[in-house]
Amino acid sequence: MEENLLELTQLSKSYGRLKAVDQLSLTLKKGNVYGLLGPNGSGKSTTLGMVLNVVNPTSGNFQWYGGALTTHQALKKIGAIIERPNFYPYMTALQNLNLICKIKQCKTDSIQEKLELVGLWDRRHSKFRTYSLGMKQRLAIAAALVNNPELLILDEPTNGLDPEGIHQIRALIIKIAKSGTTILLASHLLDEVEKVCNQVIVLKNGVKFYEGSVDGISQTYGYFELKAKNLDSLKQFLKGIAQVESIEEENNGLKVFLKNELESEELSEKLAEAKIFVSHLAKKKPSLEDQFLTLTQSK
Amino acid sequence: MRLLGIELYKIWHNKTSRVLMFGYFLLIFSIAILSTINVEFGPIKFNLAEQGIFNFPYIWHFNTFIIALLKIFFAIVIVAMIANEYSYKTIKQNLIDGMSKGEFLKSKVYTIATFVGISTLLVFIISLILGGIYSDYNEFQIIFSELEYLLAYAVKLFGFFSFCLFLAILIKRSAFALGFLALWQVFEGIAYGLLRWRLSDLIPQLSAEQVIKFFPLRSIGNLITEPFTRLSAIQNIADQLGEGFTKDYGVSFLNITVVLVWSALFIWGSYSLLKGRDL
Repeated sequence: MEENLLELTQLSKSYGRLKAVDQLSLTLKKGNVYGLLGPNGSGKSTTLGMVLNVVNPTSGNFQWYGGALTTHQALKKIGAIIERPNFYPYMTALQNLNLICKIKQCKTDSIQEKLELVGLWDRRHSKFRTYSLGMKQRLAIAAALVNNPELLILDEPTNGLDPEGIHQIRALIIKIAKSGTTILLASHLLDEVEKVCNQVIVLKNGVKFYEGSVDGISQTYGYFELKAKNLDSLKQFLKGIAQVESIEEENNGLKVFLKNELESEELSEKLAEAKIFVSHLAKKKPSLEDQFLTLTQSK
Repeated sequence: MRLLGIELYKIWHNKTSRVLMFGYFLLIFSIAILSTINVEFGPIKFNLAEQGIFNFPYIWHFNTFIIALLKIFFAIVIVAMIANEYSYKTIKQNLIDGMSKGEFLKSKVYTIATFVGISTLLVFIISLILGGIYSDYNEFQIIFSELEYLLAYAVKLFGFFSFCLFLAILIKRSAFALGFLALWQVFEGIAYGLLRWRLSDLIPQLSAEQVIKFFPLRSIGNLITEPFTRLSAIQNIADQLGEGFTKDYGVSFLNITVVLVWSALFIWGSYSLLKGRDL
Protein backbone atom coordinates (compact mmCIF):
# COMPACT_ATOMS: atom_id res chain seq x y z
CA MET A 1 0.00 0.00 0.00
CA GLU A 2 1.33 3.39 -0.87
CA GLU A 3 1.32 5.77 2.01
CA ASN A 4 1.68 9.52 1.79
CA LEU A 5 4.69 10.59 3.80
CA LEU A 6 4.54 14.24 2.98
CA GLU A 7 2.06 16.42 1.21
CA LEU A 8 2.66 20.02 0.17
CA THR A 9 -0.29 22.21 -0.75
CA GLN A 10 0.31 25.49 -2.54
CA LEU A 11 3.34 26.10 -0.38
CA SER A 12 4.95 29.51 -0.96
CA LYS A 13 7.80 31.49 0.50
CA SER A 14 8.65 35.07 -0.38
CA TYR A 15 11.66 37.06 0.67
CA GLY A 16 10.41 40.56 0.14
CA ARG A 17 9.40 40.76 -3.48
CA LEU A 18 11.32 37.66 -4.46
CA LYS A 19 9.26 34.50 -4.63
CA ALA A 20 11.64 31.72 -3.60
CA VAL A 21 8.97 29.05 -3.72
CA ASP A 22 5.73 29.68 -5.57
CA GLN A 23 2.57 27.66 -4.93
CA LEU A 24 4.33 24.34 -4.79
CA SER A 25 2.19 21.21 -4.43
CA LEU A 26 3.80 17.81 -4.07
CA THR A 27 3.17 14.39 -2.63
CA LEU A 28 5.91 12.07 -1.45
CA LYS A 29 4.95 8.41 -1.24
CA LYS A 30 6.66 5.67 0.71
CA GLY A 31 9.20 3.49 -1.07
CA ASN A 32 10.27 5.87 -3.80
CA VAL A 33 13.61 7.56 -4.33
CA TYR A 34 12.90 11.14 -5.29
CA GLY A 35 15.26 13.55 -6.92
CA LEU A 36 14.59 17.23 -6.36
CA LEU A 37 16.27 19.00 -9.22
CA GLY A 38 16.83 22.58 -10.09
CA PRO A 39 19.54 25.10 -10.76
CA ASN A 40 21.06 27.04 -7.88
CA GLY A 41 18.52 29.36 -6.33
CA SER A 42 15.53 27.49 -7.65
CA GLY A 43 13.99 27.06 -4.21
CA LYS A 44 15.11 23.53 -3.35
CA SER A 45 16.65 24.35 0.00
CA THR A 46 13.88 26.77 0.92
CA THR A 47 11.30 24.07 0.24
CA LEU A 48 13.18 21.60 2.40
CA GLY A 49 13.65 24.27 5.08
CA MET A 50 9.91 24.77 5.27
CA VAL A 51 8.99 21.12 5.68
CA LEU A 52 11.85 20.74 8.17
CA ASN A 53 10.45 23.43 10.46
CA VAL A 54 13.30 25.94 10.10
CA VAL A 55 11.76 28.29 7.54
CA ASN A 56 8.28 29.73 8.05
CA PRO A 57 6.08 29.43 4.95
CA THR A 58 4.54 32.66 3.68
CA SER A 59 1.40 30.82 2.63
CA GLY A 60 0.12 27.35 1.91
CA ASN A 61 0.73 24.37 4.11
CA PHE A 62 2.22 20.92 4.37
CA GLN A 63 1.31 17.75 6.19
CA TRP A 64 3.45 14.92 7.46
CA TYR A 65 1.91 11.45 7.54
CA GLY A 66 -1.42 12.77 6.33
CA GLY A 67 -1.64 15.11 9.30
CA ALA A 68 -1.46 12.30 11.87
CA LEU A 69 1.67 13.82 13.42
CA THR A 70 2.77 17.37 14.13
CA THR A 71 5.80 18.51 12.20
CA HIS A 72 8.26 18.13 15.04
CA GLN A 73 6.94 14.70 15.95
CA ALA A 74 7.21 13.61 12.34
CA LEU A 75 10.78 14.92 12.11
CA LYS A 76 11.79 12.48 14.85
CA LYS A 77 10.93 9.65 12.48
CA ILE A 78 12.86 10.97 9.51
CA GLY A 79 16.48 11.87 8.90
CA ALA A 80 17.71 14.97 7.14
CA ILE A 81 20.93 16.59 6.08
CA ILE A 82 20.90 20.16 4.92
CA GLU A 83 23.64 22.13 3.17
CA ARG A 84 26.46 21.51 5.61
CA PRO A 85 26.82 19.39 8.71
CA ASN A 86 25.94 21.13 11.98
CA PHE A 87 27.25 19.53 15.14
CA TYR A 88 28.66 20.63 18.46
CA PRO A 89 32.37 21.04 17.67
CA TYR A 90 33.43 20.42 21.26
CA MET A 91 31.72 17.04 21.43
CA THR A 92 32.99 13.77 19.99
CA ALA A 93 31.12 11.95 17.24
CA LEU A 94 29.71 9.57 19.81
CA GLN A 95 28.54 12.36 22.12
CA ASN A 96 26.93 14.20 19.22
CA LEU A 97 25.04 11.11 18.15
CA ASN A 98 23.97 10.39 21.71
CA LEU A 99 22.54 13.89 21.93
CA ILE A 100 20.64 13.41 18.68
CA CYS A 101 19.18 10.19 20.06
CA LYS A 102 17.99 12.12 23.11
CA ILE A 103 16.31 14.67 20.86
CA LYS A 104 14.81 12.11 18.53
CA GLN A 105 13.87 9.89 21.46
CA CYS A 106 15.30 6.86 19.73
CA LYS A 107 17.45 4.04 21.05
CA THR A 108 21.20 4.45 20.99
CA ASP A 109 21.73 0.82 19.90
CA SER A 110 22.28 1.61 16.26
CA ILE A 111 24.99 4.24 16.78
CA GLN A 112 27.81 1.75 16.33
CA GLU A 113 26.23 0.23 13.23
CA LYS A 114 25.74 3.63 11.59
CA LEU A 115 29.21 4.87 12.44
CA GLU A 116 30.67 1.69 10.98
CA LEU A 117 28.53 2.16 7.89
CA VAL A 118 30.09 5.57 7.21
CA GLY A 119 33.52 4.40 8.33
CA LEU A 120 33.86 6.61 11.38
CA TRP A 121 33.67 4.08 14.20
CA ASP A 122 37.45 4.20 14.70
CA ARG A 123 37.26 7.97 15.10
CA ARG A 124 34.25 7.96 17.40
CA HIS A 125 36.14 9.52 20.29
CA SER A 126 37.57 12.39 18.22
CA LYS A 127 36.02 15.79 18.65
CA PHE A 128 33.87 16.92 15.74
CA ARG A 129 36.04 19.99 15.12
CA THR A 130 39.01 17.76 14.26
CA TYR A 131 37.13 16.14 11.37
CA SER A 132 37.76 16.85 7.70
CA LEU A 133 34.85 18.05 5.57
CA GLY A 134 34.32 14.59 4.13
CA MET A 135 34.21 13.06 7.59
CA LYS A 136 31.80 15.73 8.79
CA GLN A 137 29.54 15.01 5.86
CA ARG A 138 29.69 11.29 6.58
CA LEU A 139 28.93 11.89 10.24
CA ALA A 140 25.91 13.90 9.12
CA ILE A 141 24.71 10.86 7.18
CA ALA A 142 25.26 8.61 10.19
CA ALA A 143 23.31 11.12 12.30
CA ALA A 144 20.46 11.19 9.81
CA LEU A 145 20.30 7.39 9.85
CA VAL A 146 20.62 6.85 13.57
CA ASN A 147 16.86 6.56 14.14
CA ASN A 148 16.41 4.18 11.17
CA PRO A 149 14.34 6.83 9.39
CA GLU A 150 11.36 6.18 7.21
CA LEU A 151 12.38 9.05 4.99
CA LEU A 152 15.86 10.40 4.38
CA ILE A 153 16.17 13.96 3.11
CA LEU A 154 19.52 14.88 1.59
CA ASP A 155 20.27 18.38 0.41
CA GLU A 156 23.37 18.53 -1.77
CA PRO A 157 25.09 15.74 0.15
CA THR A 158 28.20 15.80 -2.02
CA ASN A 159 28.70 19.55 -2.00
CA GLY A 160 32.29 20.56 -1.43
CA LEU A 161 33.66 17.04 -1.37
CA ASP A 162 36.62 15.70 -3.35
CA PRO A 163 35.97 13.02 -6.01
CA GLU A 164 36.71 10.21 -3.59
CA GLY A 165 34.34 11.64 -1.00
CA ILE A 166 31.65 12.10 -3.63
CA HIS A 167 32.07 8.51 -4.69
CA GLN A 168 31.84 7.26 -1.11
CA ILE A 169 28.71 9.24 -0.36
CA ARG A 170 27.02 8.12 -3.57
CA ALA A 171 27.81 4.51 -2.88
CA LEU A 172 26.29 5.01 0.56
CA ILE A 173 23.12 6.57 -0.83
CA ILE A 174 22.67 3.73 -3.29
CA LYS A 175 23.14 1.25 -0.46
CA ILE A 176 20.54 3.03 1.65
CA ALA A 177 18.12 3.28 -1.26
CA LYS A 178 18.42 -0.47 -1.84
CA SER A 179 17.50 -1.12 1.78
CA GLY A 180 14.05 0.30 1.01
CA THR A 181 14.30 3.67 2.73
CA THR A 182 12.37 6.45 1.02
CA ILE A 183 14.81 9.14 -0.06
CA LEU A 184 14.43 12.71 -1.19
CA LEU A 185 17.67 13.86 -2.78
CA ALA A 186 18.01 17.52 -3.66
CA SER A 187 20.82 18.28 -6.00
CA HIS A 188 21.90 20.27 -8.98
CA LEU A 189 24.20 17.44 -10.01
CA LEU A 190 22.09 15.55 -12.49
CA ASP A 191 24.10 12.41 -12.94
CA GLU A 192 23.91 12.02 -9.19
CA VAL A 193 20.13 12.01 -9.35
CA GLU A 194 20.06 9.84 -12.46
CA LYS A 195 22.05 7.12 -10.77
CA VAL A 196 19.89 6.87 -7.68
CA CYS A 197 16.37 8.18 -8.20
CA ASN A 198 13.29 6.74 -9.81
CA GLN A 199 11.12 9.83 -9.44
CA VAL A 200 12.09 13.38 -10.30
CA ILE A 201 10.73 16.76 -9.33
CA VAL A 202 12.14 19.68 -11.25
CA LEU A 203 12.00 23.21 -9.83
CA LYS A 204 12.86 26.44 -11.53
CA ASN A 205 12.42 29.85 -9.97
CA GLY A 206 10.36 28.29 -7.23
CA VAL A 207 7.84 26.76 -9.63
CA LYS A 208 7.37 23.06 -10.24
CA PHE A 209 8.32 22.19 -13.81
CA TYR A 210 8.00 18.49 -13.84
CA GLU A 211 7.07 15.65 -11.58
CA GLY A 212 7.24 12.03 -12.58
CA SER A 213 9.54 9.20 -13.53
CA VAL A 214 13.12 9.83 -14.61
CA ASP A 215 12.47 8.42 -18.08
CA GLY A 216 9.42 10.48 -18.72
CA ILE A 217 11.07 13.78 -17.98
CA SER A 218 10.85 14.74 -21.63
CA GLN A 219 8.83 12.91 -24.25
CA THR A 220 11.60 11.33 -26.26
CA TYR A 221 12.17 8.02 -28.02
CA GLY A 222 15.93 8.38 -27.97
CA TYR A 223 18.22 8.48 -30.98
CA PHE A 224 20.52 6.24 -33.04
CA GLU A 225 24.16 6.75 -33.70
CA LEU A 226 25.17 5.32 -37.06
CA LYS A 227 28.43 5.13 -38.96
CA ALA A 228 29.07 3.80 -42.45
CA LYS A 229 31.50 4.24 -45.32
CA ASN A 230 28.91 5.80 -47.54
CA LEU A 231 27.08 8.28 -45.35
CA ASP A 232 25.07 9.84 -48.16
CA SER A 233 23.28 6.68 -49.25
CA LEU A 234 22.66 5.83 -45.61
CA LYS A 235 21.17 9.24 -45.05
CA GLN A 236 18.96 8.91 -48.11
CA PHE A 237 17.67 5.57 -46.93
CA LEU A 238 17.01 6.73 -43.38
CA LYS A 239 14.93 9.65 -44.60
CA GLY A 240 12.50 7.13 -46.00
CA ILE A 241 11.84 5.50 -42.60
CA ALA A 242 8.59 6.63 -41.01
CA GLN A 243 9.83 6.83 -37.43
CA VAL A 244 12.70 9.20 -38.20
CA GLU A 245 12.24 12.78 -37.13
CA SER A 246 15.53 14.39 -38.14
CA ILE A 247 19.10 13.53 -38.97
CA GLU A 248 22.26 15.34 -37.96
CA GLU A 249 25.81 14.73 -39.07
CA GLU A 250 28.28 14.51 -36.25
CA ASN A 251 31.82 13.12 -35.87
CA ASN A 252 31.81 11.33 -39.23
CA GLY A 253 28.56 9.67 -38.32
CA LEU A 254 24.85 10.32 -38.17
CA LYS A 255 22.65 11.14 -35.25
CA VAL A 256 19.11 10.03 -36.02
CA PHE A 257 16.32 11.37 -33.83
CA LEU A 258 13.07 9.46 -33.61
CA LYS A 259 9.46 10.55 -33.36
CA ASN A 260 8.17 7.06 -32.66
CA GLU A 261 9.33 3.79 -31.15
CA LEU A 262 12.00 2.01 -33.22
CA GLU A 263 14.12 -0.85 -31.93
CA SER A 264 17.73 -1.44 -32.94
CA GLU A 265 16.92 -4.89 -34.36
CA GLU A 266 14.19 -3.46 -36.54
CA LEU A 267 16.46 -0.78 -37.96
CA SER A 268 19.34 -3.14 -38.62
CA GLU A 269 16.95 -5.53 -40.38
CA LYS A 270 15.72 -2.73 -42.62
CA LEU A 271 19.25 -1.69 -43.40
CA ALA A 272 20.25 -5.27 -44.24
CA GLU A 273 17.28 -5.65 -46.57
CA ALA A 274 18.44 -2.52 -48.41
CA LYS A 275 21.96 -3.96 -48.48
CA ILE A 276 23.36 -1.11 -46.46
CA PHE A 277 25.89 -2.21 -43.88
CA VAL A 278 27.02 0.02 -41.09
CA SER A 279 30.21 0.01 -39.04
CA HIS A 280 28.44 1.34 -35.94
CA LEU A 281 24.88 1.26 -34.73
CA ALA A 282 23.80 2.24 -31.24
CA LYS A 283 20.56 3.34 -29.71
CA LYS A 284 20.97 6.04 -27.08
CA LYS A 285 18.73 7.71 -24.59
CA PRO A 286 19.45 11.34 -23.92
CA SER A 287 21.12 11.83 -20.53
CA LEU A 288 19.13 13.42 -17.74
CA GLU A 289 21.32 16.44 -18.18
CA ASP A 290 20.30 16.86 -21.83
CA GLN A 291 16.67 16.33 -20.95
CA PHE A 292 16.88 18.71 -18.05
CA LEU A 293 18.38 21.43 -20.21
CA THR A 294 15.75 20.92 -22.91
CA LEU A 295 13.04 21.06 -20.28
CA THR A 296 14.19 24.17 -18.47
CA GLN A 297 14.99 26.02 -21.64
CA SER A 298 11.89 25.10 -23.59
CA LYS A 299 9.46 26.74 -21.19
CA MET B 1 12.93 16.30 32.35
CA ARG B 2 13.99 15.07 28.92
CA LEU B 3 14.46 18.66 27.73
CA LEU B 4 16.48 19.51 30.82
CA GLY B 5 18.62 16.44 30.22
CA ILE B 6 19.34 17.50 26.65
CA GLU B 7 20.43 20.97 27.70
CA LEU B 8 22.59 19.75 30.58
CA TYR B 9 24.25 17.28 28.21
CA LYS B 10 25.16 20.18 25.92
CA ILE B 11 26.55 22.28 28.77
CA TRP B 12 28.29 19.39 30.49
CA HIS B 13 30.39 18.50 27.45
CA ASN B 14 31.55 22.06 26.94
CA LYS B 15 34.70 22.67 28.90
CA THR B 16 34.30 26.43 29.22
CA SER B 17 30.74 26.16 30.47
CA ARG B 18 31.73 23.43 32.89
CA VAL B 19 34.58 25.49 34.33
CA LEU B 20 32.40 28.59 34.68
CA MET B 21 29.66 26.61 36.32
CA PHE B 22 31.92 24.98 38.86
CA GLY B 23 33.69 28.26 39.36
CA TYR B 24 30.36 29.85 40.12
CA PHE B 25 29.35 27.25 42.67
CA LEU B 26 32.80 27.34 44.27
CA LEU B 27 32.67 31.11 44.54
CA ILE B 28 29.40 30.77 46.44
CA PHE B 29 31.30 28.79 49.03
CA SER B 30 34.01 31.41 49.11
CA ILE B 31 31.73 33.70 51.09
CA ALA B 32 32.82 31.60 54.03
CA ILE B 33 36.29 33.06 53.56
CA LEU B 34 34.90 36.42 54.61
CA SER B 35 34.54 35.02 58.09
CA THR B 36 38.25 34.51 58.39
CA ILE B 37 39.15 38.09 57.58
CA ASN B 38 41.04 39.51 60.51
CA VAL B 39 42.36 43.00 60.36
CA GLU B 40 44.94 43.84 62.95
CA PHE B 41 45.80 47.46 62.84
CA GLY B 42 47.86 48.41 65.85
CA PRO B 43 45.53 48.32 68.81
CA ILE B 44 42.41 47.89 66.66
CA LYS B 45 41.46 44.31 66.10
CA PHE B 46 38.76 43.76 63.56
CA ASN B 47 37.11 40.51 62.69
CA LEU B 48 34.46 40.70 60.05
CA ALA B 49 32.62 37.68 61.31
CA GLU B 50 32.30 39.26 64.74
CA GLN B 51 30.76 42.44 63.40
CA GLY B 52 27.45 40.68 63.22
CA ILE B 53 27.29 40.04 59.48
CA PHE B 54 26.59 36.41 60.19
CA ASN B 55 23.90 37.00 62.76
CA PHE B 56 20.50 35.53 62.05
CA PRO B 57 18.37 36.84 60.48
CA TYR B 58 20.63 39.52 59.04
CA ILE B 59 22.79 36.84 57.40
CA TRP B 60 19.95 36.02 54.98
CA HIS B 61 20.04 39.57 53.75
CA PHE B 62 23.81 39.88 53.67
CA ASN B 63 24.59 36.57 51.96
CA THR B 64 21.88 36.80 49.34
CA PHE B 65 23.04 40.29 48.44
CA ILE B 66 26.73 39.41 48.20
CA ILE B 67 26.28 36.07 46.44
CA ALA B 68 23.85 37.58 43.94
CA LEU B 69 26.78 39.66 42.68
CA LEU B 70 28.27 36.43 41.32
CA LYS B 71 25.33 35.89 38.99
CA ILE B 72 27.28 37.35 36.08
CA PHE B 73 29.33 34.14 35.88
CA PHE B 74 26.33 32.04 35.19
CA ALA B 75 24.94 34.75 32.92
CA ILE B 76 27.97 34.17 30.70
CA VAL B 77 27.15 30.46 30.54
CA ILE B 78 23.57 31.25 29.52
CA VAL B 79 24.49 33.78 26.88
CA ALA B 80 27.18 31.46 25.50
CA MET B 81 24.86 28.46 25.38
CA ILE B 82 22.42 30.38 23.21
CA ALA B 83 24.96 32.17 21.04
CA ASN B 84 26.76 28.87 20.38
CA GLU B 85 23.58 27.31 19.10
CA TYR B 86 23.41 30.07 16.54
CA SER B 87 27.07 30.14 15.55
CA TYR B 88 27.31 26.34 15.27
CA LYS B 89 23.88 26.35 13.59
CA THR B 90 22.99 23.51 15.92
CA ILE B 91 19.68 25.22 16.66
CA LYS B 92 18.78 24.44 13.07
CA GLN B 93 19.92 20.86 13.48
CA ASN B 94 17.98 20.50 16.74
CA LEU B 95 14.80 21.64 15.01
CA ILE B 96 15.40 19.32 12.06
CA ASP B 97 15.99 16.46 14.47
CA GLY B 98 12.49 17.00 15.79
CA MET B 99 12.66 19.53 18.61
CA SER B 100 9.95 22.14 18.37
CA LYS B 101 10.87 25.78 18.86
CA GLY B 102 8.88 25.75 22.08
CA GLU B 103 10.81 22.73 23.34
CA PHE B 104 14.09 24.38 22.44
CA LEU B 105 13.21 27.41 24.54
CA LYS B 106 11.82 25.29 27.33
CA SER B 107 15.06 23.34 27.59
CA LYS B 108 16.87 26.63 28.16
CA VAL B 109 14.33 27.98 30.66
CA TYR B 110 14.26 24.72 32.63
CA THR B 111 18.05 24.83 32.83
CA ILE B 112 17.94 28.38 34.14
CA ALA B 113 15.30 27.45 36.69
CA THR B 114 17.32 24.44 37.81
CA PHE B 115 20.45 26.49 38.33
CA VAL B 116 18.53 29.17 40.18
CA GLY B 117 17.16 26.39 42.38
CA ILE B 118 20.59 24.90 43.06
CA SER B 119 22.09 28.31 43.68
CA THR B 120 19.33 29.26 46.13
CA LEU B 121 19.71 25.96 47.94
CA LEU B 122 23.47 26.48 48.25
CA VAL B 123 22.97 29.98 49.65
CA PHE B 124 20.50 28.56 52.14
CA ILE B 125 22.87 25.82 53.29
CA ILE B 126 25.93 28.06 53.50
CA SER B 127 24.10 30.75 55.41
CA LEU B 128 22.73 28.16 57.78
CA ILE B 129 26.21 26.79 58.46
CA LEU B 130 27.93 30.17 58.78
CA GLY B 131 25.11 31.48 60.92
CA GLY B 132 25.26 28.37 63.05
CA ILE B 133 28.94 29.02 63.73
CA TYR B 134 29.00 32.77 64.19
CA SER B 135 25.48 33.96 64.98
CA ASP B 136 24.80 35.43 68.40
CA TYR B 137 21.16 34.39 68.18
CA ASN B 138 20.31 30.78 67.71
CA GLU B 139 16.60 30.62 68.51
CA PHE B 140 14.56 28.73 65.97
CA GLN B 141 12.18 31.62 65.26
CA ILE B 142 15.01 34.02 64.63
CA ILE B 143 16.96 31.65 62.41
CA PHE B 144 14.02 31.11 60.12
CA SER B 145 12.78 34.65 60.01
CA GLU B 146 13.34 36.94 57.02
CA LEU B 147 13.54 33.98 54.70
CA GLU B 148 11.83 36.15 52.10
CA TYR B 149 15.35 37.20 51.12
CA LEU B 150 15.87 33.74 49.67
CA LEU B 151 12.71 34.13 47.63
CA ALA B 152 13.91 37.54 46.48
CA TYR B 153 17.27 35.96 45.62
CA ALA B 154 15.67 33.28 43.46
CA VAL B 155 13.43 35.79 41.68
CA LYS B 156 16.34 38.16 41.20
CA LEU B 157 18.48 35.49 39.54
CA PHE B 158 15.63 34.17 37.43
CA GLY B 159 14.72 37.67 36.24
CA PHE B 160 18.30 38.52 35.40
CA PHE B 161 18.92 35.25 33.54
CA SER B 162 15.66 35.63 31.61
CA PHE B 163 16.88 39.03 30.47
CA CYS B 164 20.20 37.44 29.39
CA LEU B 165 18.32 34.69 27.55
CA PHE B 166 16.25 37.23 25.69
CA LEU B 167 19.27 39.35 24.76
CA ALA B 168 21.21 36.31 23.57
CA ILE B 169 18.36 35.18 21.34
CA LEU B 170 17.85 38.73 20.09
CA ILE B 171 21.51 39.39 19.30
CA LYS B 172 22.84 35.84 18.70
CA ARG B 173 26.43 36.78 19.58
CA SER B 174 27.65 36.29 23.12
CA ALA B 175 30.04 39.24 23.27
CA PHE B 176 27.50 41.64 21.80
CA ALA B 177 24.72 40.36 24.04
CA LEU B 178 26.82 40.93 27.16
CA GLY B 179 27.87 44.30 25.78
CA PHE B 180 24.26 45.19 25.25
CA LEU B 181 23.53 44.22 28.83
CA ALA B 182 26.15 46.70 30.02
CA LEU B 183 24.78 49.29 27.64
CA TRP B 184 21.29 48.75 28.98
CA GLN B 185 22.59 49.37 32.50
CA VAL B 186 23.98 52.69 31.29
CA PHE B 187 20.73 53.45 29.52
CA GLU B 188 18.74 52.92 32.71
CA GLY B 189 21.18 55.19 34.51
CA ILE B 190 20.67 57.92 31.93
CA ALA B 191 16.92 57.40 31.98
CA TYR B 192 16.98 57.78 35.74
CA GLY B 193 18.99 60.98 35.45
CA LEU B 194 16.58 62.41 32.90
CA LEU B 195 13.59 61.44 35.00
CA ARG B 196 15.04 63.14 38.06
CA TRP B 197 15.74 66.19 36.01
CA ARG B 198 12.49 66.63 34.11
CA LEU B 199 9.78 64.42 35.51
CA SER B 200 8.80 66.64 38.44
CA ASP B 201 8.15 69.49 36.02
CA LEU B 202 5.92 67.38 33.81
CA ILE B 203 4.08 65.23 36.31
CA PRO B 204 4.65 66.59 39.81
CA GLN B 205 2.85 63.68 41.52
CA LEU B 206 5.45 61.17 40.29
CA SER B 207 8.99 60.87 41.51
CA ALA B 208 11.80 59.42 39.41
CA GLU B 209 12.14 56.57 41.91
CA GLN B 210 8.57 55.56 41.36
CA VAL B 211 9.07 55.24 37.63
CA ILE B 212 12.56 53.77 37.48
CA LYS B 213 11.66 50.88 39.73
CA PHE B 214 9.63 49.44 36.89
CA PHE B 215 12.69 49.21 34.60
CA PRO B 216 14.05 45.68 34.23
CA LEU B 217 17.55 45.97 35.64
CA ARG B 218 16.58 48.45 38.34
CA SER B 219 13.69 46.32 39.50
CA ILE B 220 16.02 43.31 39.63
CA GLY B 221 18.58 45.34 41.55
CA ASN B 222 15.98 46.68 43.98
CA LEU B 223 14.88 43.21 45.03
CA ILE B 224 17.56 43.03 47.69
CA THR B 225 18.66 46.43 48.97
CA GLU B 226 22.25 46.87 50.03
CA PRO B 227 22.73 45.44 53.51
CA PHE B 228 25.78 47.43 54.63
CA THR B 229 24.08 50.45 56.13
CA ARG B 230 21.91 48.10 58.11
CA LEU B 231 24.87 46.78 60.09
CA SER B 232 24.75 47.97 63.65
CA ALA B 233 28.41 48.98 63.55
CA ILE B 234 27.83 51.25 60.61
CA GLN B 235 24.52 52.44 61.97
CA ASN B 236 26.34 53.51 65.12
CA ILE B 237 28.93 55.46 63.18
CA ALA B 238 26.24 57.13 61.12
CA ASP B 239 24.32 58.06 64.24
CA GLN B 240 27.42 59.61 65.72
CA LEU B 241 27.85 61.66 62.59
CA GLY B 242 24.22 62.67 62.86
CA GLU B 243 23.29 60.98 59.64
CA GLY B 244 20.79 58.34 60.58
CA PHE B 245 19.73 56.04 57.76
CA THR B 246 16.07 55.55 57.36
CA LYS B 247 15.69 52.96 54.69
CA ASP B 248 13.29 50.17 53.99
CA TYR B 249 15.38 47.02 53.83
CA GLY B 250 12.49 44.67 53.37
CA VAL B 251 11.56 42.71 50.31
CA SER B 252 8.75 44.42 48.48
CA PHE B 253 5.95 42.30 47.12
CA LEU B 254 5.33 44.78 44.32
CA ASN B 255 8.98 44.53 43.34
CA ILE B 256 8.83 40.75 43.11
CA THR B 257 5.74 41.02 40.93
CA VAL B 258 7.44 43.53 38.64
CA VAL B 259 10.44 41.24 38.13
CA LEU B 260 8.26 38.21 37.53
CA VAL B 261 6.28 40.14 34.94
CA TRP B 262 9.54 41.15 33.24
CA SER B 263 10.73 37.52 33.28
CA ALA B 264 7.50 36.41 31.65
CA LEU B 265 7.83 39.15 29.05
CA PHE B 266 11.42 38.18 28.28
CA ILE B 267 10.57 34.51 27.87
CA TRP B 268 7.53 35.31 25.77
CA GLY B 269 9.66 37.73 23.71
CA SER B 270 12.30 35.04 23.21
CA TYR B 271 9.64 32.67 21.98
CA SER B 272 8.17 35.10 19.50
CA LEU B 273 11.65 35.90 18.20
CA LEU B 274 12.40 32.22 17.73
CA LYS B 275 9.06 31.58 16.12
CA GLY B 276 9.16 34.46 13.70
CA ARG B 277 12.68 33.90 12.46
CA ASP B 278 13.82 31.77 9.58
CA LEU B 279 17.02 29.91 10.26
